[in-house]
Amino acid sequence: MSAVSLTATADGERVALAATGAWTAERAAELEKIVDETAQLYETARNVDIDLAKLERLDTFGAWLIERLKRAFTTRGSIARIVGFSDADRALMEELRLVNQSPRQDGPAANGGVVALDSIGRAVAEIDRSLVLLAHLLGALTTVALRTLAHPGRLRLTSIMHHLERVGWRAVPIILLSTFVIGAILAQQGIFRFRSFGADMYVVDMVSVLVLREIGVLIVCVMVAGRSGSAYTAEIGAMKMREEIDALRTMGLDPIEVLVLPRIVALVIAVPLLTFLGSMAALYGAGLVCWLYGGMAPDIFLERLREAIWLPTFEVGMIKAPFMALMIGLVACVEGFEVEGSAASLGLKTTASVVKSIFLVIALDGVFAIFFAGVGM
Amino acid sequence: MRSNTAVISVRDLVVGFGDVTVLDHATLDVFEGEILGFVGGSGAGKSVLMRAIIGLVPMRKGTIEVFGTDLRAVGESELRSIEQRLGVLFQQGALFSSLTALQNVQFPMREYLDLSPRLLEEIALAKLEMVGLGADVRGKFPAELSGGMVKRVALARALALDPDIVFLDEPTSGLDPIGAAEFDELIRTLQRTLGLSVFMVTHDLDSLHTVCDRIAVLSEGRVIAAGTIETMLAFEHPWLKSYFHGNRGRQANHQAQNQAQQQPIHH
Repeated sequence: MSAVSLTATADGERVALAATGAWTAERAAELEKIVDETAQLYETARNVDIDLAKLERLDTFGAWLIERLKRAFTTRGSIARIVGFSDADRALMEELRLVNQSPRQDGPAANGGVVALDSIGRAVAEIDRSLVLLAHLLGALTTVALRTLAHPGRLRLTSIMHHLERVGWRAVPIILLSTFVIGAILAQQGIFRFRSFGADMYVVDMVSVLVLREIGVLIVCVMVAGRSGSAYTAEIGAMKMREEIDALRTMGLDPIEVLVLPRIVALVIAVPLLTFLGSMAALYGAGLVCWLYGGMAPDIFLERLREAIWLPTFEVGMIKAPFMALMIGLVACVEGFEVEGSAASLGLKTTASVVKSIFLVIALDGVFAIFFAGVGM
Repeated sequence: MRSNTAVISVRDLVVGFGDVTVLDHATLDVFEGEILGFVGGSGAGKSVLMRAIIGLVPMRKGTIEVFGTDLRAVGESELRSIEQRLGVLFQQGALFSSLTALQNVQFPMREYLDLSPRLLEEIALAKLEMVGLGADVRGKFPAELSGGMVKRVALARALALDPDIVFLDEPTSGLDPIGAAEFDELIRTLQRTLGLSVFMVTHDLDSLHTVCDRIAVLSEGRVIAAGTIETMLAFEHPWLKSYFHGNRGRQANHQAQNQAQQQPIHH
């Protein structure tokens, strides 16, 4: 590739600039430097001719830089002309004479501290907004649910069954496996620590209370939020992107009734069932470890279990399950409706759906802990 | 402006998927500095031929030469440098939805050229202005743009690296007749300004009449005819006859003739 250059012949206030070589995209960085230096060097020139006769090739990049050079002179009040271009380049130079005429609208660079404060402020406002949206959807859902109670025929049973299969039935294997493993680990750790002060038997108390009251429902909710909540957000989000939700509205159908109610009803039914199955699997895992690792015969384990827990222990876990399911479903649907046109927004909202619903499930668990302590369960 | 150098030459191209043969020994030339309109029935394989030239679809037999180089026979780095000389406007625009209009245009420049942020911005804005968009679209995301604007931004992106050949896949589909006519005009202007060779897949009879220098017709997997619109109108082939002499074809033809008659008055 031949060298590019811009040679200058100065004669008092008159300067003649001659461009040579291929002024194209590949050399743009080099050319920009030459152009800026030339503009600075001949700051005092009053009359400038830019001669393009010796150019080998010219593309938009080169043409723009020549135009920029010319403007550097003209904004200082000098006279600058571009001469000697070929007929082929005339149209291009003409086109670029018209572009970038409006002043650049960059504001002053933002202060780092202000940016940080700004983003904190926005994040807080965002929390507020998402809580309001959650309340909105809960309200809309309640209205729709009450309306459906008045006209049970409007309940979309097929849709509910379809979602029940996806979020409930198909989740059973993975829920059973993970809770089984959690139960086993809890028991193993318990036996290992408690044995040093001869309190092996209390492992059963620890595991059973922990699993039935807290761990069972929490693990199930985390799994469901990751598995089904994300799917809800992605489905509703994709439907929103493709204007399917607008299509539903124009047909006089309520998206809450058609899309949200069946999904949330399915979750509210599925999560308690999964919690029950999960808790049993965890206890089974714990029992197995107590037997094989701790040397505690199964009938002794069951005996101890009967003494350690009473019905309210089990009820505490089960009562929480549907509320947590409602929370996961609401967050997932709210985030789904928040999706905007882009693929990135779909990803962002799906992530937000999972993170928010897991956090809110834990927060809700805390509220329930206070409540149950208050009522003595 | 047109020369007799072929920038793209396709010889006996065979492309198929599974048992279906889409292109059966298709042969086609695109000459430097021309706008070639490429027509054919829906599903005839127009887009497939375009994609085969760009290298998105594998071919079974034949040769495709771009700038006299067989793209299947060259190494990675040479292939990249040839690809930089090609610009593609996809049918739906294919703008990156997570980038703004300005960033979409800057994307290829960022990848291939080492430009200062100032120059990068100025050139990208210049390209947007060249396709007829104001500076107000710069910060907008594709989802916030109208169909016509998406096509224009996509055209600006296709032109980002100052390519020598531009492929347009149905550029005027989905635009209203006025928007389509403006877009045709834009393609014509840019082709002259930038000295482009244009390969345009189209269904739009008006585009064929107003902007295309030559037309190639694909039918049953072969290019059955190539030439000017006059040759096409005289050609005896059932599909061509119904295409150009059908109701819509006659109207477009009529309009073009009127325009041709009025032209001396303008000049």
